[in-house]
Amino acid sequence: MNRARTALLSLSLMFVLALSGAAQAVKPDEMLADPALEARARALSEGLRCMVCQNQSIDESDADLARDLRILVRERLKAGDTDKQVIDYIVSRYGEFVLLKPRFELRTLLLWGAPVLLLLAGGLFVFRASRAGRPAEAEALSEQEKAAIEILLKRE
Amino acid sequence: MVEIGHFALVLALALALVQMIVPLVGARVGSQPMMAVAGPVTVTGFALTALSFTALAIAYARSDFSVANVWENSHSLQPLIYKITGTWGNHEGSMLLWVLILTFFGALVAVFGTNLPATLKANVLAVQGAIGTAFFLFILVTSNPFARLSPAPVEGRDLNPILQDFGLAVHPPLLYLGYVGFSVCFSFSVAALIEGRIDAAWARWVRPWTLVAWIFLTGGIAVGSYWAYYELGWGGFWFWDPVENASFMPWLAGTALLHSAIVMEKRSALKIWTLLLAILTFSLSLLGTFLVRSGVLTSVHAFATDPTRGVFILAILMLFIGGSLALFALRASTLAAGGLFQPISREGALVLNNLFLTTATATVLIGTVYPLAVEALSADKISVGAPFFNMTFTPLMVPLLLLVPFGPLLAWKRGDVLAAAQRLMVAFAAALLAALVTLIFIDGASVLAALGDGLAFWLICGALTDLAVKAGVGNVALNVSARRLVGLPRSIFGTAIAHLGLGLTLLGMVGTLCFGAERILSMHAGETVEIAGRALRFDGLYPAPGPNYTEQNGRFVLLNAAGAASGEVTSSKRFYPVRQMTTTEAGIRTLGFSQLYISLGDEGADGSVVVRIWWKPLVTLIWGGGLVMMVGGAMSLADRRLRVGAPARRRNKTVAAGGAGVS
Repeated sequence: MNRARTALLSLSLMFVLALSGAAQAVKPDEMLADPALEARARALSEGLRCMVCQNQSIDESDADLARDLRILVRERLKAGDTDKQVIDYIVSRYGEFVLLKPRFELRTLLLWGAPVLLLLAGGLFVFRASRAGRPAEAEALSEQEKAAIEILLKRE
Repeated sequence: MVEIGHFALVLALALALVQMIVPLVGARVGSQPMMAVAGPVTVTGFALTALSFTALAIAYARSDFSVANVWENSHSLQPLIYKITGTWGNHEGSMLLWVLILTFFGALVAVFGTNLPATLKANVLAVQGAIGTAFFLFILVTSNPFARLSPAPVEGRDLNPILQDFGLAVHPPLLYLGYVGFSVCFSFSVAALIEGRIDAAWARWVRPWTLVAWIFLTGGIAVGSYWAYYELGWGGFWFWDPVENASFMPWLAGTALLHSAIVMEKRSALKIWTLLLAILTFSLSLLGTFLVRSGVLTSVHAFATDPTRGVFILAILMLFIGGSLALFALRASTLAAGGLFQPISREGALVLNNLFLTTATATVLIGTVYPLAVEALSADKISVGAPFFNMTFTPLMVPLLLLVPFGPLLAWKRGDVLAAAQRLMVAFAAALLAALVTLIFIDGASVLAALGDGLAFWLICGALTDLAVKAGVGNVALNVSARRLVGLPRSIFGTAIAHLGLGLTLLGMVGTLCFGAERILSMHAGETVEIAGRALRFDGLYPAPGPNYTEQNGRFVLLNAAGAASGEVTSSKRFYPVRQMTTTEAGIRTLGFSQLYISLGDEGADGSVVVRIWWKPLVTLIWGGGLVMMVGGAMSLADRRLRVGAPARRRNKTVAAGGAGVS
């Protein structure tokens, strides 16, 4: 399935269909009997990347590795781990790459900060432009404009 | 025929070179004959590209496996429609489609641009020629679809089964019409920079082109989303996959462009910003091409192992994006800035729209390329996936959507927020009601869902309010306002309908994400399962042959309250022997605006089948809203002011006025 997806991805810039064969993700035999625990497992799975896949979470992928991770998540939960403990455990084994939502740290500072910074910078720019633009431009005509008016008036 | 296609492609490259150089020089030295070369050359270039594309399509239709590209992506048993759509279902063919659309738009400008100032037209077509040259070269040097095989294989390797779907017939052409449509806006912008002035003809031409491109891109994304939804077999409609982001970024920027172009056209303000936005929008289209084509997304290292295509596209990217931005930096200060306005005005609202949309575009861009940057700089890998985008993109969209109904109700130049707010009281009450109904009757626990529903109704009712206010409902007699409503300019309808479509899409998303139900279980034939108050009986698996696949049909029967059959849903799994691939064909039954979605999994040893069933409330509104947005765009495009020929009458006046300003 993964070969297919990679093939698809390299295929085109337009096919939104970059993923494939995602249908067989969570299987009934993996699911926990306790619905609350299972719901937590599903929520956690959505944030964990299937490492051998292209941008798929383990909840969506049918790769063997994704299945192993899904079972691992459920085992940890059954053992009484909190959500954070599960995530920490998986990251300690598989690295930061496994997180679909990167942690807030030095190297992701720009990533997380960018939307806020851009909005603030853009807002400041718009604000200053609207403040600066008004009086100055409304104030006086340039020499050229004056000359143009002069010509038009003379023509009258 | 194949050699004719190949030859035509080489000839088209030669013509693109002429189209790039001669009119540009002509405009520079003021030579009328040299500028006049652009038109015929552009049209001929389009004819040759069309010939080339047809040649490839015929090779596909005939299953000519002596052509390597056909051999790799086709099979003699494929149904004819997939043989033909297979023409662009691969890298080489899709690039040929790309240049076909590029030359088509160029030809449109050449044919319909009779009322454009001669130098502007020459420069626009020259820039189109430059883009064409780059992509013809790219195709011929790195991705030739006409390469032959000798000896010719007897049978092809089949089109990727996922692509053997009607979606392939519609989605890529629509998306490319959108992507490449922005190239015209780009060419107009660069031409304006080359000339060093933005005249009125420029302003009048950019908005309709933006609209055309935007309508197609909206359609392309909507179709792609629906295709992914039913083909991937788990009912997601948006994945924040880099490939999707590549098409979403030009859409966001294009939407911003659409709005700033209105300000430019109506009030001749924001000219320089609009010009920059036009450049950025097409740059994002090109960037999308690079991201997906070069293989850089899989891994920076994968890119490094086979860099020919990637490096070529990177060069194109740097040339066009870098070149146009450098030109902008050099020339922008010489362009005359436009009209003035108060912060609280229609213009002000559209500036806010642009602020949020461009920030959102940048957020998606940074999220998409950040992992590449980290990998390139530190050899470490991080992932940026759906949870990141949901967390950053949504907060940027909410304030924008809250502001949408205000925009059209504010006057140009100096608006009155309080008056607009008063007029929106009914819409606000409706939104509040929707949120309360959601909380009380559907799900008391989900505050987010209630807010989402409220926001959707705010948009929908806000759009209707806009129409009602402009028709004078409440101020004049009903029959008078009905007559006024019919007589409103189409662009006003366009705005209202497009905003209404946005509300519908949002409603669909909230419904699906917040109120959907899911069942995953093993079923034996004869068993019944209940989902969202509906009973569904599984009747078993039935094998069936297909033209180039075999399939297993799972038959499900929908039962009514009395236990009698009230409908049937068939969900299938197909096996394509040539590629040894399995695809799922989800069983979908539409009930009202909602859908029941069934997907088949593996068969167990005991004859049971893993079945996944989703209840997706209001899900069709997601794409229906997109369709409504397209209708809104088309209405706006049909407005009398934008019809071709309209600029001619005004040009004399504005040239006189503009002349005084510039001299």
